[in-house]
Amino acid sequence: MGDFRFTRAPIDATRLRAALEHPGCGGFAVFEGWVRDESEGERVTHLEYEAFEALALREGACILGEARTRFGVTRAACEHRLGDLAIGEVAVWVGVSAPHRDEAFSACRYIIDEVKRRVPIWKKEHYESGDSGWVNCERCASPPHEHAHAHETGA
Amino acid sequence: MRTAAPLYGLVLAGGRSTRMRRDKAALSYAGRSQLERAVELLAAHVLRAYVSVRADQGEEPLRARFATIADRIENVGPVAGLLSAQATHPEGAWLVLACDLPMLDDATLAHLVRGRDPERLATAYRSSHDGLPEPLCAIYEPRSHEPLSAYLAAGRSCPRKFLLQSEVRLLDEPNPRALDNVNTPEEYGAAMAALDQSGAKDKHISVQYYALLREQAGRREETLLTRAHDARELYALLRARYPFSLGPEHLRVAINAEFAEWSTPLKDGDAVVFIPPVAGG
Repeated sequence: MGDFRFTRAPIDATRLRAALEHPGCGGFAVFEGWVRDESEGERVTHLEYEAFEALALREGACILGEARTRFGVTRAACEHRLGDLAIGEVAVWVGVSAPHRDEAFSACRYIIDEVKRRVPIWKKEHYESGDSGWVNCERCASPPHEHAHAHETGA
Repeated sequence: MRTAAPLYGLVLAGGRSTRMRRDKAALSYAGRSQLERAVELLAAHVLRAYVSVRADQGEEPLRARFATIADRIENVGPVAGLLSAQATHPEGAWLVLACDLPMLDDATLAHLVRGRDPERLATAYRSSHDGLPEPLCAIYEPRSHEPLSAYLAAGRSCPRKFLLQSEVRLLDEPNPRALDNVNTPEEYGAAMAALDQSGAKDKHISVQYYALLREQAGRREETLLTRAHDARELYALLRARYPFSLGPEHLRVAINAEFAEWSTPLKDGDAVVFIPPVAGG
């Protein structure tokens, strides 16, 4: 199995961390994206994630490879949840182990940013009001508006 | 009867395509741009076919492949193109053609040329929709230049109204859909769909839908038999079928599970996915 994975079960951070341990590593950086109860002023009740897995796995593996090459880190892994998630659950886990902390932090940051930007994963928010919406998609709907889009990437 | 003036052709490609939000001349059908199709159709019926452009469009690659005539007057629409063409070849009559007529066929042009009446100011089709003259698939004789200039000088620029008040030969359209024009992405999709039904369908393309597109299509996947040349044409076709709210400018394309260009030609058996804005993490 590759180091970029999807799971429909809760993310097991302990197991993921164990796989990154290495005697030559003096630093380990981790990022966890959690399901928050609020989005742009709306109360969120739960989330739903969906991916185009064939392409996402390839793109995700590619990002991990870039991170290892660019920052010289020893090990890097990322796991992303799919399906329905409750508030507080871990949606994405990124871990990097490296000889020193600098490259571990940088690579970890790079991976989560690129995953959010490039990997075909979609998030649907369900709101307390009963509404729901696909994040980054609903406001693109035509008729188009004048301003350019910032496809925001806040976790 | 006098000898008819030589007939030149003019494809109008200087519009601003405001409602389409993309250059209409560049819209493609079966892999060829609308402008290419229009010029080729027209060239068979005239001494020489020109493309009418705005003064700032002369270098634009799609247009620069053809003989162009730049507007000498700005912001008056198609009349500027015709007047500039008439100034280039004052002795000629002009078959003027809009570049947004995807259903236009050779029979319609042939019928217009056969039915041409050089004794009138112009020969045009009577619209199958409203009975009014169609000014942008019409022949303008040389002596229309003077009244057309006067019309513009009087502050008017609608070519249809010009024809309505002029001495014009009106013909009935041999194909009532031939002059349906395409102004919006929805009309483009509908035209693609109509053209797709009319010809040989040579490709099986499977499409998978995700997230918002899956919900709007009401399905996860399907296999289509289509002539769509590339993903851009395929998406336009699908937009006529499903209420997709995202324009192609918001999507990426994957072919056989790899990112691809919108213009990559589709092959029989390809699997296409349109990728809405992503939101992992």
